[in-house]
Amino acid sequence: MLFRLLKKWVTPAPTAQKIGRGILVFEHTSDVIRAEKTLKAKGWEVAVMGPPPEIRTGCDLVIEFPLIEELGITKTLEEANTRPLKVVPVTSPLLNPVDIYTTKDYGDYLMVRAANMKITVDKKTLTIVNISGGGCPDVPYLAGELVGKRLSEAPRPGDIGHTLCGYALQLAYEEIKRQCSPL
Amino acid sequence: MLAVVGTVPDPAFPLVTGQVALSGEEIFIQDQQARINRGTPALLASAAKVCEALNLPAPFAYLAGDKGMGDGSKALYAHLENDLEHRSFQALAFHYLQPDVDWHDRVLFAIDEMTPRPLLIADAGFMYAAKMSGQAALYDLFTPDVGELAFLADELAPHPFYTRGFILHDDRRVPDLIQRACAHDNAATHLLVKGAEDYIVKRGKTVETVSAPSSPAMEAIGGTGDMVTGIASALATSGMALTDACVAAAKISRLAGQRANPTPATQVLDIIEQIPAALEDTF
Repeated sequence: MLFRLLKKWVTPAPTAQKIGRGILVFEHTSDVIRAEKTLKAKGWEVAVMGPPPEIRTGCDLVIEFPLIEELGITKTLEEANTRPLKVVPVTSPLLNPVDIYTTKDYGDYLMVRAANMKITVDKKTLTIVNISGGGCPDVPYLAGELVGKRLSEAPRPGDIGHTLCGYALQLAYEEIKRQCSPL
Repeated sequence: MLAVVGTVPDPAFPLVTGQVALSGEEIFIQDQQARINRGTPALLASAAKVCEALNLPAPFAYLAGDKGMGDGSKALYAHLENDLEHRSFQALAFHYLQPDVDWHDRVLFAIDEMTPRPLLIADAGFMYAAKMSGQAALYDLFTPDVGELAFLADELAPHPFYTRGFILHDDRRVPDLIQRACAHDNAATHLLVKGAEDYIVKRGKTVETVSAPSSPAMEAIGGTGDMVTGIASALATSGMALTDACVAAAKISRLAGQRANPTPATQVLDIIEQIPAALEDTF
C-alpha cells in the first residue's frame, strides 16, 4: 500500500509531458515546412510531428509548440504571411518523423535513404545522379529539379517540395551533405 | 485491358484519358506527351512495352498534372468517381497520387459498381492511402519496396515518413515484415516486395523469391520500382495467374537491368528499353 502511494506520488500523470503543448495545422505540407523554417529562424522551440488520428487525411505534418507561446508564434507566422488553419491543444501522443538513415556505398557513388526516399551522389563531383523511392506526386518533380546538379547548387527539397516524401528527401539530402562535407 | 491512374509533375498538364503510345523518350495520350524518366510515365512505358510484345491492347491511362499540391490528384479522383462505373478493365493500377483517405474511399465505392470487378493494383501514394483507409485487404496486389513494406508492417504509421524505428531496423527481415503487415490486415492478397531479393506473396505466404540476376545499382535508380509494377500489371491482363505475373515481372526487370549494365547514375529509360529483349529471354 505504502509502495503504491509512493509510486503514485513520484510517477507523473501519463499526459504530463504533453500538457501545455499545442499543434499548428496547415493546409499543405509545404506550408508546414515554411512555417517551421520561419519559427526556427526566430528561435522558437518547435518540432514537426505527425497529426493526431482525428485530423489525419493522408499526407500530413503539423508543428508542435509550447501552448504558452501561442500569441508570439502566431504573430510571427502572420508577419511571414504563413497563417495556420487552426491551433489545437495536444491531447494525444503524436507520431515522430523517421530519424533513421541508411547509407550504401557503391564505390564511386554514395546513396542515403531516409524513410522511403533515397538520394545518390557521385562522390568525386558531388553531383546528384539519382533520386528514387517515394510515392507522392512531387517526387518526380523534385528528381527533375535536383538530378544532374551538384549538392552545393541544387535547390533544397524542403524549399520546393510539398509532401511528406519531399520532407523525407530533405532529410536524406541533409544527411548526404553532412556525409560528403570535408571534416 | 489494363488501366493506370497517376500523375505527371507538371501543373499545366491537363486531365487526360486514353490509350498510351510510346515514341522515343516520351509517352503520348491524346494530344499530350510526358517524358519517361520515373513515376507514372515509367510505369506506363514499361506496361506498354509488355503489351506491345505480347500483342495486348495498349494500356489506358488516367493522367493529370500534379507537382505535390494535390490539385491534379483531386481532379483525377473526382473524375474516377463518375467515370469508372461506365468502364470495363481487366486490371486497374493506381500509382503516384496524393494520398487522401476520403477520396480513396470514394473511388473504391465507384469500383464496387464496375462489372466485372477489375484486379486492383496499388503502388506509391495510392497504396499509402489504401493502407491508411484500413481497406488494404480489398486489393489484389501491392508492390512495395522493402522500406514501404516496413510502413505496411507498422499498424500505426499513416505514411512511410512515420514508420517507427524498431520496425525500420527490421527491414532486412522481410518475412517478418510480411507476416506483420498481413496480421494487421495492411496487405493486399498478393504482394510483390521489391528488393535485393524479390518476394512474391499470396495471402501471407511467400510462394517464390527471385534474386538473380542481381544488379545492386538498380536500388539507386529512380523508376525501377515503377517499371516492375508496370510489367506485373501488364502481365496480369495476359491471362497469367497473378503470382506467375509477379514472378515473371521480377525476372524480366532483373534481366532488363542486367542488359543495361547499370551504374547508380543510369536513368530508368535505358533499362525500360531492354524490356522486350528481357521478355524474350524469359518466355
